[in-house]
Amino acid sequence: MKRPNALRWFASLSMLVLLLLMTTGCTESMIVLDPKGPIAEQQRDLMIISTILTSLVIVPVLILTVIIVWRYRDRTGRKAKYAPDWEHSTKLEVIWWGIPIIIITVLGLITIKGTYALEPSKPLESDKKPLTIQVTSLDWKWLFQYPEQGIATVNAVNFPEGVPIRFEITADSPMNSFWIPQLGGQMYAMSGMAMTLYLQADERGEYWGSGANFTGKEFAKMYFDVKSTSQEEFDQWVSEVKASSPALTLEGYQQLAEPAASDVKTFSAFPEGLFYMTVTKYASSHNHGLSWEDIQKIKIQE
Amino acid sequence: MWENVKSFASEFFVTGDPLIYGADISIVLTIIGIVFGLTYFKKWGWLWREWLTTVDHKKIGIMYILSAFLMLFRGGVDALLMRAQLAMPELNLLAPDHYNQIFTTHGVIMILFMAMPFMFGLFNVVVPLQIGARDVAYPFLNALSFWLFFFGAMLFNLSFVIGGSPDSGWLAYPPYSERMFNPGVGQDFYIWGIQISGIGSLMTGINFIVTILKMRAPGMKLMKMPMFPWSVLSSCIAIIFSFPILTATLALLFLDRYLGAHFFTLDGGGNPMMYINLIWMWGHPEVYIIVLPAFGIYSEIVSTFAKKKLFGYKSMVYAMMIISILSFLVWAHHFFTMGSGADVNAFFALTTMLIAIPTGVKVFNWLFTMFRGKITFETPMLWTLGFIVCFLVGGMTGVLLSVAPADFQFHNSYFLVAHFHNTIIGGVVFGYFAGLYYWWPKLFGFKLNERIGKWAFWFWNIGFYACFMPQYVLGLMGMTRRLVTYGWDKGWWEMNLVSTIGAGLMGIAFLFQVWQIVYSVKHLQKDETGDPWNGRTLEWSIPSPAPYYNFATLPQVSSQDEWWEEKQRREREPLSLAPPKLEPIHMPKNSGIPFVMSMFWFAAGFGFVFDWLWLTISGLVGVAVCMLVHSFNYDTDYYIPVEDIKRTEAAIRG
Repeated sequence: MKRPNALRWFASLSMLVLLLLMTTGCTESMIVLDPKGPIAEQQRDLMIISTILTSLVIVPVLILTVIIVWRYRDRTGRKAKYAPDWEHSTKLEVIWWGIPIIIITVLGLITIKGTYALEPSKPLESDKKPLTIQVTSLDWKWLFQYPEQGIATVNAVNFPEGVPIRFEITADSPMNSFWIPQLGGQMYAMSGMAMTLYLQADERGEYWGSGANFTGKEFAKMYFDVKSTSQEEFDQWVSEVKASSPALTLEGYQQLAEPAASDVKTFSAFPEGLFYMTVTKYASSHNHGLSWEDIQKIKIQE
Repeated sequence: MWENVKSFASEFFVTGDPLIYGADISIVLTIIGIVFGLTYFKKWGWLWREWLTTVDHKKIGIMYILSAFLMLFRGGVDALLMRAQLAMPELNLLAPDHYNQIFTTHGVIMILFMAMPFMFGLFNVVVPLQIGARDVAYPFLNALSFWLFFFGAMLFNLSFVIGGSPDSGWLAYPPYSERMFNPGVGQDFYIWGIQISGIGSLMTGINFIVTILKMRAPGMKLMKMPMFPWSVLSSCIAIIFSFPILTATLALLFLDRYLGAHFFTLDGGGNPMMYINLIWMWGHPEVYIIVLPAFGIYSEIVSTFAKKKLFGYKSMVYAMMIISILSFLVWAHHFFTMGSGADVNAFFALTTMLIAIPTGVKVFNWLFTMFRGKITFETPMLWTLGFIVCFLVGGMTGVLLSVAPADFQFHNSYFLVAHFHNTIIGGVVFGYFAGLYYWWPKLFGFKLNERIGKWAFWFWNIGFYACFMPQYVLGLMGMTRRLVTYGWDKGWWEMNLVSTIGAGLMGIAFLFQVWQIVYSVKHLQKDETGDPWNGRTLEWSIPSPAPYYNFATLPQVSSQDEWWEEKQRREREPLSLAPPKLEPIHMPKNSGIPFVMSMFWFAAGFGFVFDWLWLTISGLVGVAVCMLVHSFNYDTDYYIPVEDIKRTEAAIRG
C-alpha cells in the first residue's frame, strides 16, 4: 500500500517542478541554451547532440528497469518465469558491452572533432580583424584593457557585434575563471600566464559575465556587464571614454588591485605594458628567490 | 597577565557568531554529559576494554559507522545552512567568510570524514565474514587506522571552535590556499586533519588487500568470492596508488605554508597548476574508491532480494577492475578550461567516456539479475532501486560533462554541482545506506523497523530530486558554485527555493533514520535465525551478532553463493548432525597503543597548526615511543580453548 502512495507523491512533486519551470519563464533564463555567438552556439549544439546520444541508452534502460521490477515482483499467482540459477548469457552480455561501446565511439568522435574545432585559442574565421581585449582578474573585480584603443574599464566590457574578440586573460589574484555564458565557455585566469580565448557576439545586446572559480570573500560580486553594439556605437563609446574618463596610472592600478569589490569604471588611458608586466611579474624564473613584495617593487620602478 | 590571556583567547577561540557560541555550548554540554554518564554508570573500564582498545573488526566497523553518522549530521547541517542562505536572493543569513568556511567543511567532511569511514566501516564488518575469515590480516593496524581517522577528523572539526575553519574549497586550490591569501590556521587544520586520517586510509587499503588475497576460507577461489569483496579489492587497489599522492601533495602545501617553500606559490617559481594536477590525480580515483564498494553492495542486495544468482559475475569483476584502472587516467577532465590544449583535452575526454562503458554494463547486469527473479522490496532493495534510477541520471550528465568543448560551459556551474551530488548521493550514500540496512541485523542481532525505513527512503529520494534537479537548470542559467548570494535580476530564485525545500526534505529523512534506529532499539525484534533476508553468502551462515571469533569452524567453500547452495543441500538431505570438530582458535589481543599513538598524532598535528614546537615535538616523540613499545611487545595473541568455544556457541545457538 505504501508504494503507489509514494509514487503519486513523487509524480505530483515532479509535475510541480515542471509547472514552476514553465510558468516562471525559467526556460528563457536558461541562457546557456540561448547563445548569442558562434562559440556558444556550437557548444549548445554539442550539449544537445550528446544529450540525445546518451538518452538513446538511458531512456530505454529506465523503461526496462520499471518493466523488470514490475513484472518480476514477488506475488502469489504470478505467471512470469522464475529462473534462480540463470546467471549467464554470452549473447546478452555481448549486446550490452556492445551498445555503450558504439554510443561512446560515436560520441568520442564528435567530441574529438569538437575539441579541435572549439579550441579556445584558435582564431575565429572572419573577414574582420579581431579586436584584442586584455582581461585581468583582480580581487574582486575584472579589469579590461583595450590595447588598440588605449582605454581600460572595470567590470564592464563593450565590443562591436560580428567582430571576433581575442581575449587575453591573466590574473593578479588567486586563479579565477572568465565566463560569458551567452557567448561561450570559460577560460581560467591564472597569474603568470596569458590565456587566449576567442569569442564573438553575433547580435547587439546586453549580456553578463562572471568569475566562475572561487577567489575569496567578495567572490560573489565579480560580475561584469557585457555589451555588444554596432561598430559606430563602439567607436563613439571609445571616444567618449577617452574624452571624459580619468587615466589609469600605475599607482591607480595598485589601488585598484587592493582586495575589494568595485563598481563599473572607465579609464581614458593605462600605463603602457601594464598587462605584460602583470603576466611576467609572476613568470619569475629570473626572479627566483624574491618575495612577492620584492617583485612588485622591481616592476614598478621599471 | 590577564590582558595576555584575553588576547590569546580571542584569537585562539572562534568568536563573534551566535551560531558558533551555540555550538560551543552544546559541545561542552555533550562532553560533560558523556563524562558524567560514564562515571555515574561506572562505564570507563568497559569503554576502554570493549571499545577503545579493541582489535575486533566488527567493533571497529561499528565505531567507523557511528563516526560516519555523526559526520553526516555535521556535514548535513552545513548543507542546510548553505541552502538556507541561498533560498532567496540577497539573504544575509551567513556572512561571506562564514559561508566560505561552510562549503569547504561540508565538502571535506562529506567525502573524507563521512563517505570514507562509512565505507571502511562496511569493509570491516562485512569482508571477513563474507570470505570466512576470523579477522582482518592485521588487526592491530586496523585499530590504528581507525583511531588515526578518528583523531584526524576530530582535529579537522576542532577548527570550528578553535582558530577558525578552512575556507578555500574542499580541494584547497593554491594560490588561494597559500599563506599569501590565507594566513589563518584554518588551512593548517585542513592539512593535518586530512594527513593524519589519510595515513589510516592507506593502511586500511593495504590491510584489506592482504585480507582478501590471503585469508579466504578454504576452497574460495578468487572467482568464487562474493561480489562485495571484489569491489573492496578494486577500491583498495585504487587507495594504495592514490592516497600517497594526496599525502605528498598536502605535505608540499604544508612546506609552502610552514617553511616558506615555493612549490605552489605565485612567487619564487612556484606553480599552482602542479598542485591542481596532483590533487586530482588523487581526487578522481577517490570518487571511484568510494563508489566501487557501493557497486559491490548493490550486487549482493540485488541477487539476495531477487532470489537469483548474480548475472554476469565475470563481467562484473572485469568491469570493476577496468574502472579502478581507468580512474587514474581521467584527472585532467576537472580542468579542461585551463588551456591544456586540444590534444590533452581530447585524450582525457575519451578516457572519461570510456568509464561509462563498464559502468553501463554493471547496470545491465543488475537489471538482468532481477530479470526472471522473484523481487521483494525490503528497504535494502528499495535503496538499490532508488540508486539505479538516480545513478542513471547522474551517469548521463557525467557523460555530458566529459564532452570537453561543452564542458567549457558546464565547468564550475551548478550543473556540475548537481552532477556530482547526483552520483555521490545517488551512488555512494544510497549504496552505504542499502548496505547498512542489509547488514544491520548481522551487526546488532535485530532488524530495523521497515515502515519508518520506507518513510526515510521516500523522503530522501523526493528530497534529492527536488534539491538537485533544479540545480541542473541553475547551471544552465549561468549560476556558478560557491556564490554566497545572488541578485534578483538573474532569475535564479525559484529554482533555488525549490532546491532548498528539497534539502529540507532530506534533512527530515535523516531524522526518520535516527528515529528508525531509536524505535527499533525500543521495540527490539531479535533476529534468531542469523539469516533474516534468506541470504546467499557466508556471513548469513553464523548467528547474529557474530561471536567474536566469527566462525567456530572455518567453512569449506565450493561455490559462489556458498550459503545459498548449502541451504539447498540441507533441504535435499538433512544435515548429518555430527558436529564438526572444534580446535582452539588463534586470536589477536586487544591493545591500547593505537588509541594512545593516535592521540599523540593529534597533539603533533595541533602543534603544527599553531606552530607550537614544544607540542609538535612531544607529540612526535610520543608516536615514536608507541612504535618502539609495540615493536618489542611479543604478547600480541592468544588461543581460545575449545571449552570456551563450546560454551559460547551453546549460549548463542540456544
